[in-house]
Amino acid sequence: MTSVDITPEARRRKAASPFVRRIKRLGVVLFSILATLFGLLFVTFLIARVMPIDPVLAVVGERASNEIYEAAYKQLGLDKPLVVQFFYYVWDVITGDFGMSTLTARPVLQDIARVFPATLELATLATIIGVVLGIPAGVIAAVNEGRWQDQILRFIGLFGYSMPIFWIGLIGLLIFYGKLGWVGGPGRLDIYYVDIVPSVTGMILIDSLIVRDWTIFWNAVSHIILPASILGYYSLAYISRMTRSFMLEQLGQEYITTARVKGLSETKVIWRHALGNVMIPLITVIVLSYATLLEGSVLTEVIFAWPGLGNYITNALLSADMNAVLGGTVIVGLVFVGLNLLSDILYKFVDPRAR
Amino acid sequence: MSEQTELSGLKAWLSTDVPASRFQAKSIQFYLGWLKLVSNPLAFLGFLILLVLVFCAMFAPFLAPVDPLTQDLAKRLSPPGVNGYLLGSDELGRDILSRIIYGSRITLFIVTLVAVTAPVFGLLVGTFAGYLGGWIDEVLMRVTDIFLAFPKLVLALAFVAALGAGIENAILAISITAWPAYARIARAETLTIRNSDFISAVRLQGAGTLHIIVRHIWPLCLSSIIVRMTLDMAGIILTAAGLGFLGLGAQPPMPEWGAMISAGRKFILDQWWVATMPGLAIFIVSLGFNLLGDGLRDILDPKKSKS
Amino acid sequence: MNEQETLLRVEDLWVRFPTRNGIVEAVRGISFAVGRERVGIVGESGSGKSMTGRSILRLVRSPGQMTAKEINFKGDNLLDYSERQMRDVRGHKISMVMQDPKFSLNPVMTVGKQISEAYRLHSGASRGAAKRKAIEMLEAVQIREPERVYNSYPHEVSGGMGQRIMIAMMLIPDPDLLIADEPTSALDVTVQMRVLAIMDKLVKDRGMGLIFISHDLQLVSSFCDRVIIMYGGKIVETCKASELHNAQHPYTRGLLAALPQIDEPKAKLEVLDRDPAWRDQESVVAYD
Repeated sequence: MTSVDITPEARRRKAASPFVRRIKRLGVVLFSILATLFGLLFVTFLIARVMPIDPVLAVVGERASNEIYEAAYKQLGLDKPLVVQFFYYVWDVITGDFGMSTLTARPVLQDIARVFPATLELATLATIIGVVLGIPAGVIAAVNEGRWQDQILRFIGLFGYSMPIFWIGLIGLLIFYGKLGWVGGPGRLDIYYVDIVPSVTGMILIDSLIVRDWTIFWNAVSHIILPASILGYYSLAYISRMTRSFMLEQLGQEYITTARVKGLSETKVIWRHALGNVMIPLITVIVLSYATLLEGSVLTEVIFAWPGLGNYITNALLSADMNAVLGGTVIVGLVFVGLNLLSDILYKFVDPRAR
Repeated sequence: MSEQTELSGLKAWLSTDVPASRFQAKSIQFYLGWLKLVSNPLAFLGFLILLVLVFCAMFAPFLAPVDPLTQDLAKRLSPPGVNGYLLGSDELGRDILSRIIYGSRITLFIVTLVAVTAPVFGLLVGTFAGYLGGWIDEVLMRVTDIFLAFPKLVLALAFVAALGAGIENAILAISITAWPAYARIARAETLTIRNSDFISAVRLQGAGTLHIIVRHIWPLCLSSIIVRMTLDMAGIILTAAGLGFLGLGAQPPMPEWGAMISAGRKFILDQWWVATMPGLAIFIVSLGFNLLGDGLRDILDPKKSKS
Repeated sequence: MNEQETLLRVEDLWVRFPTRNGIVEAVRGISFAVGRERVGIVGESGSGKSMTGRSILRLVRSPGQMTAKEINFKGDNLLDYSERQMRDVRGHKISMVMQDPKFSLNPVMTVGKQISEAYRLHSGASRGAAKRKAIEMLEAVQIREPERVYNSYPHEVSGGMGQRIMIAMMLIPDPDLLIADEPTSALDVTVQMRVLAIMDKLVKDRGMGLIFISHDLQLVSSFCDRVIIMYGGKIVETCKASELHNAQHPYTRGLLAALPQIDEPKAKLEVLDRDPAWRDQESVVAYD
């Protein structure tokens, strides 16, 4: 008697060489990313061409003579058809040339490289807070569905989705810095500590640890704790809500009953069986929440005078430094796309059904 | 079944089990939904908050104690309750309460315009993409993905930078960043519905694509879109306030709440009320939309509301 | 059959669920006993048969409530047990095989790990010893290449294999009583018999008791020694499987008549005519 021990899918999968399959999948993914990036550049290009500011005047100044204007016009390639301009633009971006900032007179990319680690530091710390506090909170809320633990979480989430982050940042500064003096004020460090520690990663917390300068380390902590906590609160609200949702879904599944039938304690059922299944979609959520923090950091950085990418873009905006604004926007868009890609990859890695 | 005595007029009409017309059936649905809303205290609170918002916007001239633009430099930065200013006065001596009340008009203006443009556009794109499929679907979804690839605030910033500061440009920028989410939802719903038997039945009767999409698919997408829209409104208010805070929304001396916070930022340590009060207004309105949205989700999508 | 020890004795079991429209009674005061024999519980959906199975293991989750005068297992009243003591009973003394392995196995854990877990939980064995025992068990349920299957994930095996894995997992701690809740309902007909045969052999070899819950009267009657028929949360009839054709209750007779017989062709199949009075009758006590 023949026994069908292997499902047709498994058999087919084993037939095609895994290498070929992987290349095929990679190709599809690559194409879709490139298409998105292309569109991204297209949008920023359009924005740049739509603006009412004359790019030539921005470079040569208002009092330039006609000849100089014409020369600059040709040099900027503005006499060529739009399509050609677009390809020049794409090429520039690929080679990392985002133009010069009219504010700092330095290449935009260089400026961005300087400010990016500050945002990175903030977003990373906020995500850590969100994950470490959010996942257990979500689990507890799901396990106690409907009871007070769940209601508290619901309110945390509700407040998180309703409060303007820049307002809560101001109030936080008012209370914890102004009235209580528990944390440092705006900026990453007290004035007299700036630029003492050599910048290796650009993240002061790490750099000061490398040289074991504890004074600067704790000073940096006192400055980052408030903005990171506020951003972390938003991250926590989101992650905990999603954790709760996923956990509730899993707790209704049959395999949970099986685990209980086997005689497992409820703790093991939740943390060993259910959580393993929850982590799969949750990893995507965590990566995406990291991406959302890039957005939240824009306003937070303004409030806390945090010299990161968000602050950079905002200042550039207010000074009509279009190259910087667009450069920053492209970088943010790239990071977003990159993070989305990362979350897809991680998902396939973690879910045995998707391999 | 029930031994109730005869219900009078309207109530009887709304409680009948056998509606006589489509209008009656729809009204009954509406009524039942309303009962559900009222029975949910938090959702009802959200509804009341929004009612207050609309009320303030409509009757601002009657509700505000003074004109929001009148300055009185002698009484600038008065604390709440002093000098007749219920919520205090700002750096130019203007009454904060009046400014907040008039600011509700701006908030409502922004919210309404975005609510009318973004979901409609998203619905159009999403349903056509989902129903027609093929390369139209691919292209439209690619475009949607591109817009979703930006964090909303940053994209709105870039747009306003290009178009110039001002309330109309801010609204346009927000709408441009908001529509993709609705396109995604509409497309997902369309894909679910498009293979249903009743769609096939209508098609067999000779219905064209446009007819199917408009008369059959749109009504079914409506509830998800409405729920999403109400919940989004909260975020849109925050984004608009953020733009205002950066000086990119309504221009001074208009009493836009975000701009008021920005103006009050300098004084936060000593005259905290200037920045705090408008922020409270933003918070309450946003909360109202969130509460109402949650409640609507329970009513319209009870299966999905279990999370 | 008289010498057989009674493994399980359930007396006056009730399961109630509070809903928005009042209290729903899934099980309404049933009493029965099971020895080292195969007892089938047959009923349609909503008859309360699945809830009965779960009640024995005290796995009725709130808001559902289970009450009974006694659930006696090998001399002890399970109702008096603490949760910790119940955890010792579950899997170790009483086990349950569920309906669909697609859903009843953890999708992100290898099959082997799940089986080993069941063994280690009640024996404290090392990982290596558990692995060997698990592979032994996989062989006992006639799975070829047990090593390979040990490292597979549930979605990589077929339905029949998944159910055999389930059986292996539930029998590895060597329980005295096995509850099978619709064990073959999710399987292809061709595979059903094979899985049942494997289950039957193992139960017989180990001298276990079996409670076979199903909606399939014919299957149950051919497989079990005794049959209990449930309707509307009550037991309406009980008899030996061999004497099923002599059943008295109109519901049972209706079920039997609705089955097509290959040697008695009929022009029209009988349709069961449900008498609402059945719901109000006293539940039949099924101790033997």
